[in-house]
Amino acid sequence: MRNFAAIYSKEMRSYFVSPVAYVIAGVFLFLSGYLFRNILMQFNLWCLQFGQRAQQMGGQMPALNLNEMVVTQFFGVMDFIWLLVIPMLTMRLFAEEKKNGTIELLMTSPIRTVEVMLGKFFACFSLYSIIVGLTLVYFVILEAYGSPDWGPIFTGYMGYLFLGATFISVGILASALTENQIVAVLLTFGMLLLFWLIDWSASFAGPTAAKILHYLSFIEHLEDFQRGVIDSKDVIFYLSFTFFCLFLTTRVIESRRWRR
Amino acid sequence: MIEVSELSKHYGDVVAVENISFKAEKGVILGFLGPNGAGKTTTMRMLTCYLPPSHGEAKVAGFDIVEESMEVRKRIGYLPEQPPVYHDMTVGSYLRFVAKIKGVPGPKLNSRLDDTMEKTGIAHHRDTVIGHLSKGYRQRVGLAQALVHEPEVLILDEPTVGLDPKQIIEIREVIKGLGGDHTVILSTHILPEVSMTCGQLVIINNGRIAGEGTPESLMAQLKEGEVLRAHIDGPPGAAVREMIARIDGVLDVSQEPGSEEGVFLVTSLPGQDVRDALTRQVVEDGFSLRELRPLDMTLEDIFLSLTSEEVTA
Ligand SMILES: Nc1ncnc2c1ncn2[C@@H]1O[C@H](COP(=O)(O)OP(=O)(O)O)[C@@H](O)[C@H]1O
Ligand SMILES: [Mg+2]
Repeated sequence: MRNFAAIYSKEMRSYFVSPVAYVIAGVFLFLSGYLFRNILMQFNLWCLQFGQRAQQMGGQMPALNLNEMVVTQFFGVMDFIWLLVIPMLTMRLFAEEKKNGTIELLMTSPIRTVEVMLGKFFACFSLYSIIVGLTLVYFVILEAYGSPDWGPIFTGYMGYLFLGATFISVGILASALTENQIVAVLLTFGMLLLFWLIDWSASFAGPTAAKILHYLSFIEHLEDFQRGVIDSKDVIFYLSFTFFCLFLTTRVIESRRWRR
Repeated sequence: MIEVSELSKHYGDVVAVENISFKAEKGVILGFLGPNGAGKTTTMRMLTCYLPPSHGEAKVAGFDIVEESMEVRKRIGYLPEQPPVYHDMTVGSYLRFVAKIKGVPGPKLNSRLDDTMEKTGIAHHRDTVIGHLSKGYRQRVGLAQALVHEPEVLILDEPTVGLDPKQIIEIREVIKGLGGDHTVILSTHILPEVSMTCGQLVIINNGRIAGEGTPESLMAQLKEGEVLRAHIDGPPGAAVREMIARIDGVLDVSQEPGSEEGVFLVTSLPGQDVRDALTRQVVEDGFSLRELRPLDMTLEDIFLSLTSEEVTA
């Protein structure tokens, strides 16, 4: 626990001492804010057109759904931005230690590899959660002008926590495989995109394969959360994916100890 | 304190270390001497549990480096070739981090930090970011990192490489003060380093041990075939040299490079003292002997002779 805390706070400090955390958070918040604004403007436009139409037709029409038209859209955009941002948060975690030779300090200290890995994982996850949390502001703004349904918003954010953990575990694994941070970023992009788009090929696969491919897709499982549903099969998917990658990371780092 | 027996390390087909064995008792400073690529770093990485050996075993502070790696790691301080520092941390927070992962108990933490920084002379840089320090000070921080938990065994990989002469002297002073309390293994490819700091020497070349002992005993080993320096006043030309070469027991005569005419280096066969015979012969031929003294083997010579023998063998 003490070792975990030491690694965790070292990693957190290093995120905040360097401009990395601020730049990434800043760019992300700017982009997501900008997109949120556009989605809102679009919604506004629709409302106007919709109102005029309703008047022309002289009849009652069902109200426009704020959740469907703003929240879901916004989530759809954010998913993708995370895919671009998370590899940059994870790239340095092990690659930098290898490059600087500080991995020799960690590996020759009386500390278990799991503790190092978990300290790094949770530090990155904390930073991610902070940035994700900041975007909740947009929905507070939304609340001022309309009345969104908060249920799907909250489950959507829960989905982000699970998705983020999974992305980070993939990123850490890539970082453990190389001492080059650029290689780590590219590997992470590659793996994330693959699992992002994997259910596309389900359309051309046999029924069993299609099921498996669907199951492995990152977005499939996210959509349930964003509809307001917490399904244990989604939670289990994300958690087991995360555990698997973290387990592999530990093995990769430790492999040097058994490669005689 | 450290017992290495028949340790080998292969990287694929590359044999980095082959069958080395040596011992270091508690409190000694052992110099691990060899040219670049000899296998020093590889050996130290095995002793610090960073790399597993391909064959053989080693015990550090009584624990096996493979089976009881955690116990070994608690008892060693290790300064790798490249000091393992985080460039964005301050000296103080870095050492605090290291002390924590090395298991220094909370109440002792502050006094250990003060003590270590004092010993390595970096106390006034406590709040300096490590990336802003000079190479010499970064090396001291690396040394402090290895010392902070008062380990029984210290393993230092080329601790003075890349430093300027003044910094080298300072670091050496620090290291010299460490023997007694700690068992120290120190690798280097620079000779003066070991002759000044180490009580015991292991010379390694091409992954094998090429010589072992105290600096004095290594010197005695090599004394067998002795070299004399003789300054003889005589006619110019080859006459004097031929006269010396004819003496019983003389293996080789040569003009000392860079000296005035008449200064010769005389190598005798192992175990034979040719000084009396040489003196008599010189007088007999009517020359005069200005100087005759055995040339002391410097550590440099030991090193060269031991390692070059291995290369040709
Ligand atoms: N990771 C590695 N992979 C392959 N060969 C290596 C590796 N590390 C070292 N070697 C080789 O092992 C030999 C010993 O290297 P090293 O222990 O670093 O020597 P030294 O520290 O004495 O200079 C060298 O020939 C080197 O090229
Ligand atoms: Mg080396």
